Amino acid sequence: MPELPVEIPIPTPHQAVFIMVAVATSVASLLVVTNRNLFYSALCLVGALFGVAGVYVLLEAEFLAIAQVLVYVGAIATLITFAIMLTRGIMFGTTSPNNRHMFAVMSMALLVFLLVAGLVDRVPWAVAEDLTLSGDGKSLIVDLGWEFVTTYALPLELIGLLLLIALVGAVMLARDDE
Amino acid sequence: MAEWYQVLMAALVGAGVPEWIATAIALLVGVTAIGLVAPLIALILVWLLRKVISRIQDRIGPNRVGPFGLLQTIADIVKLLSKEGINPSRADFMAYNLAPILSVFGVLLLFAVVPVTRGLIGVDINVGVLYIVALGSIGIMAALMAGWGSNNKYALLSGFRVVAQLLSYEIPLVLSMLAVVLYAGTMRFGELAEQQGNFLGLGWYVFLMPGAALIFFVCALAESEQTPFDLLEAESELIAGFHIEYSGMRFAMFFLAQFLSGFVFAWVGAAMFLGGWQGPGVDLPGIGGFLAAGYMMIKTFAIYLLMIWVRGTFPRLRVDQMMSFCWKILVPLTVGLISWQMVVQVLDLPIPVIAVLVLVGNLLVMGIGLYAVGRAIRQEGFRTKRAFTPDSLIGTVQPVAE
Amino acid sequence: MVPLQAYLTLAAFIFSCGLYGALARRNAIAMLMAVELMLNAVNINLVAFWRYGPNREDLAGQTFAIFVIAVAAAEVAVGLALVIAIYRSRKTVYLDEIDLLQG
Repeated sequence: MPELPVEIPIPTPHQAVFIMVAVATSVASLLVVTNRNLFYSALCLVGALFGVAGVYVLLEAEFLAIAQVLVYVGAIATLITFAIMLTRGIMFGTTSPNNRHMFAVMSMALLVFLLVAGLVDRVPWAVAEDLTLSGDGKSLIVDLGWEFVTTYALPLELIGLLLLIALVGAVMLARDDE
Repeated sequence: MAEWYQVLMAALVGAGVPEWIATAIALLVGVTAIGLVAPLIALILVWLLRKVISRIQDRIGPNRVGPFGLLQTIADIVKLLSKEGINPSRADFMAYNLAPILSVFGVLLLFAVVPVTRGLIGVDINVGVLYIVALGSIGIMAALMAGWGSNNKYALLSGFRVVAQLLSYEIPLVLSMLAVVLYAGTMRFGELAEQQGNFLGLGWYVFLMPGAALIFFVCALAESEQTPFDLLEAESELIAGFHIEYSGMRFAMFFLAQFLSGFVFAWVGAAMFLGGWQGPGVDLPGIGGFLAAGYMMIKTFAIYLLMIWVRGTFPRLRVDQMMSFCWKILVPLTVGLISWQMVVQVLDLPIPVIAVLVLVGNLLVMGIGLYAVGRAIRQEGFRTKRAFTPDSLIGTVQPVAE
Repeated sequence: MVPLQAYLTLAAFIFSCGLYGALARRNAIAMLMAVELMLNAVNINLVAFWRYGPNREDLAGQTFAIFVIAVAAAEVAVGLALVIAIYRSRKTVYLDEIDLLQG
């Protein structure tokens, strides 16, 4: 067998899973913003959100992954699909789904991506030497809960208030006036 | 990772298999086991349901194919396989064909975290309880896709109902499971079963928290779309709900998903409230593991039989009754229950006192809940009776005034 | 182990997709979806920094991500209610056709 000029690294299982999840998530999120059919966009959004949950699992934040599926896929994506169905009368129009700034915005988004992706490699991130997590995931969840009722008690209360206001506001806005 | 995984990995690596191939094989074995066992269980479930419902309705049920009609389900599957798969002409191709696959997929994923015996559990993740609830959202999306993709107004209506019902009943479901999680201090199904082994079976959480168990059971019925919450596919008004346009194997997949989700919720209930695989003799060497798996299955089937009994007995709810039952009765009750339990557990009391206080709170919740339901049923009865009296304007055809 | 940079690049890509969608789409619901993508990209960054950072006992990254999820839920609820209200009165959800203030 001839020697290859560059050595192709064999990915570990963890890396292989990451590559699959990352590619799936990227493709899904690209489809969300380019699909003409809004319903398919919503389905791709569900796929992208699941992919992000997979990324959380790879980062060993299981609780966050479950919260992501519970809130984003279970509630937010369903709500969006609902809204699409309610406004479906104008969904399949012949007009363009994009506004007239489309190409300017596209080049700008590309520029942002290239800029950030270029920066990512150059910044000396303060990455820890030892990347193993201490303790099992359970103690992590206990710690997270503890943080919420001690350090972040006030933000947690405010979030609760915000959700309540949003709930009441949404009902008021969407209500029929009759 | 669970014990079976470590044992399998050790055996494979010991046999000289490279580690990443061993990982792949071990994971594949787990996935295949779930994928094969779950449909086989569904065969038994369908037969059991038809037999028991028949007995409740004073019939014999399937009795022609095989002994006791045991092979009837297989005959039905052959029939479904040979049916034509129809694509409605205006249907949304992708959503229409993806929906049945997704619905089965979503239920099969749930089998990964329920325990069979000590150490035999797909993955004992530390958020197991929440996982069960979160993955239910795949079923919601599948129903919505089926309802939208079929291009049928009954299917769409049913899809909306599925979203309303499943999202609403998720809240009391989570909160009733949270009652157990708060007391046990863990969300792992393995540890939950481990903690219920004391006091000769009286350590089961169903005795400590009967209120939470009852609410869990009701919500499980709603989440798995069974009677009295089967208004999603009410034959008399929505014909068959979101799977109205499906035929052949694609219909069978929805059918399978529905049966399996009922079974999974029975399993979760058995694991959380009935002590899991605990029972006499589970610590014996050798046969202990088989005994434990047997206990687990007996408890699960007991809860499933209870579900069938409910199915054969209760009439179907209306949409408004379903919603107000959830939001006006179940949600306040579970929130009250959780608050009471938090206060009790934060106070620095000895454990027996905490247990008694939790039990008192649960009995109170049960009492209030049953009273509220009874009152609602009585009022509904008055209303129905009034609607059908001869001089009533509602429910009777009045002659048109000239 | 996957390097931190891989996660950051993935997040940057998702964020750019969201940015494009939020600015270029005419449909208000499509724009909301794109905003969700951007929030998710930010969350990936937060969790990745928590996981790779030197101080993993400090759970600020995860806590923040959960707050972001909660705020996103509120945002979608109000946003979709607005969209439905506008659709009811103006019969459109295209953002460039909602120009009441232009007279």
